[in-house]
Amino acid sequence: MTTEAVAGRRSAGRKLAGLFHGRPRLQTGTLLSGPLAWLVVVYLGSLAVLLVSAFWSVDPLSGELVQGFSFENFELLWQESVYGDVIGRTVLIAALATITDAILAFPIAFYMAKVANRRGKAILVVAILLPLWSSYLVKVLSWRTMLSNGGVINWALEPFGLSGPGYGLTAVWLVMSYLWLPYMILPIYAGLERIPNSLISASEDLGASPFTTFRRVILPLAFPAVVAGSIFTFSLTLGDYITPRLVSNDQFIGNVIFNNISTNLPLASALATVPIVVMIGYLLVARKLGAFEHV
Amino acid sequence: MRKDAHPARTAWLVIVGLLAVMLLLAGCGSSDDDTGGGGGEELPKLGKGEGQVNLISWAGYVEDEWSKPFEQKTGCKVNNKEAGTSDEMVELMRTGEYDGVSASGNASARLFEGGDVDPVNVDLVPNYATVFDDLKDQSYNTFEDKPFGIPHGRGANLLMWNEDEVKPGPTSWGVILDPKQAKKYKGKISVYDDPIYIADAAVYLKAHEPDLEIDNPYQLTEEQFNAAVDLLKEQRPMVGEYWSEAAKQIAAFANGDSTVGTTWQYQYFELLGEKEPVASSPASQGFVPDEGATGWSDTWMISSEAKNPNCMYMWMDWIIEPKVNAQVAEYFGEAPAQSLACKETAEADFCSKYHAEDPKFWDRVYYWETPLADCGEETESEDCVGYPDWVQAWTSIKG
Repeated sequence: MTTEAVAGRRSAGRKLAGLFHGRPRLQTGTLLSGPLAWLVVVYLGSLAVLLVSAFWSVDPLSGELVQGFSFENFELLWQESVYGDVIGRTVLIAALATITDAILAFPIAFYMAKVANRRGKAILVVAILLPLWSSYLVKVLSWRTMLSNGGVINWALEPFGLSGPGYGLTAVWLVMSYLWLPYMILPIYAGLERIPNSLISASEDLGASPFTTFRRVILPLAFPAVVAGSIFTFSLTLGDYITPRLVSNDQFIGNVIFNNISTNLPLASALATVPIVVMIGYLLVARKLGAFEHV
Repeated sequence: MRKDAHPARTAWLVIVGLLAVMLLLAGCGSSDDDTGGGGGEELPKLGKGEGQVNLISWAGYVEDEWSKPFEQKTGCKVNNKEAGTSDEMVELMRTGEYDGVSASGNASARLFEGGDVDPVNVDLVPNYATVFDDLKDQSYNTFEDKPFGIPHGRGANLLMWNEDEVKPGPTSWGVILDPKQAKKYKGKISVYDDPIYIADAAVYLKAHEPDLEIDNPYQLTEEQFNAAVDLLKEQRPMVGEYWSEAAKQIAAFANGDSTVGTTWQYQYFELLGEKEPVASSPASQGFVPDEGATGWSDTWMISSEAKNPNCMYMWMDWIIEPKVNAQVAEYFGEAPAQSLACKETAEADFCSKYHAEDPKFWDRVYYWETPLADCGEETESEDCVGYPDWVQAWTSIKG
């Protein structure tokens, strides 16, 4: 009886295996169904539900949601100048933080990839990853303390008769650039590492100055990596609302969404489409610039 | 990659499909979930406790000192969730996960309109009989002639300043609202980050711009509302910080980033406890500047979906029990709702200091209310500005 059962089980397993044999589509489909279901239902599904509510409205008296279809939230975003200001400010700081990070990250990544020995490289990688191990909130709150009136920045600048930026847009730019720097260094480092040293030598042998080598050999080859890194820094800044709240009084897209989410969910949803649209545009440009060619 | 796969085309198909589903959902959105106003049934008879009660409260309203004895007496375990703004309280109540809430006036009407709360059978709350009369049957706790909650206590929002930096001590909100005076403290002014703060500007204008004929700072005509908003837009460049977490404001006053602003008793006493040089309008003025002040009169309300109604009723009776209500009031720094509590306070003259027994004083305190578009005027042109517009204006003020 036992042997029969084993044989039966084996044959069932074999039948199942036979079902998949020679059917590559079924194989891939079964393998991917779990992750795909997660992606579509949980990830994109919740996003879709959020965006659907952008077309709803709110009952002025009770503040309850009224389901229905209208563009009034989008019209409001368009008409009230404050939303344009907020969106412009957010995109501006995202762009500034991205450029700052690119300028800071490139020399560090270049040193790591081409100059440092193995030991130095390891130390640098750890140094760059180390800040990522501490909580995001701890980092922002320590910047809040550093930037405050009696904080360490003012203390250090005082002997020179200067004072720190205090809380405000400059502070947001500083903190964002600090927070997302590792996300820029690592892709650039990976990109530079892939450039064969022989290409740089060849350029030198052909009489190019170091600057020309950088401009005509290294930069074009590493540029997709810079764009890849910029996707991280740009999108992370675009969605952040805690940093502006803690080190400035300026509203970013995330802050306005946060303030409206309990009183006017449809407006918050409508506003949430803005970063999505901006990011789609950014990704299309990034693709044009070749950021995805080696992925 | 397979030859016949078109990743771009697939991606577009997915996006288009999602959009179609979205639009379908939005279009078919039913409008039949008309919950109407509140007005469920009140509890007819008090039964046995369910063993627990889930509360939403302001910081300092549910503390071990009086919730532990409640648990021992009734066997109802207290699960408390603190909220920082009225908007947050309304949102939490709508989840249906809670039995009751300590609602301020700018939440209670919205909760009633949304059908989120039930009327209270005050016969089941024996301590209600001795609650101060001027707290009963108010527009923020009574709807359709039925009491919808149990008064908890009341107080006024404070003007607080750093004694070393702000001299002489201000007696008027003008120090932060009059552009000329406020300029002196540019970047050091601390303001509550909530649309309801527009009412603070209205209180100031009521005293200083009589031409506007402001009566109730929560029922503003378009003209009055715009004047208040303009005042706050002028204040905007002078503001150092908008706060909504008490801890953030305490830190800002402690390290000198803020020197003057609006606050609650909780932060004021916390800073005094840390020996910071802060001051507030003196007790002789009732802690209120010349113009009066916005304030709150809070109400414990029971959810229409309460799973533990008996325990909630026991809690509502407990919180206005004379001894407990005295304890709560002294802990937070507000006037108790229970008239008998005045005999139980640790500080003998606490009630007179906080004007608990002085109805006249409260004429100068404008309890938070929900601004409604329909403010009882006959014609539509005399309608008031409703709360969604307040939220919108607040976003514009902060820029």
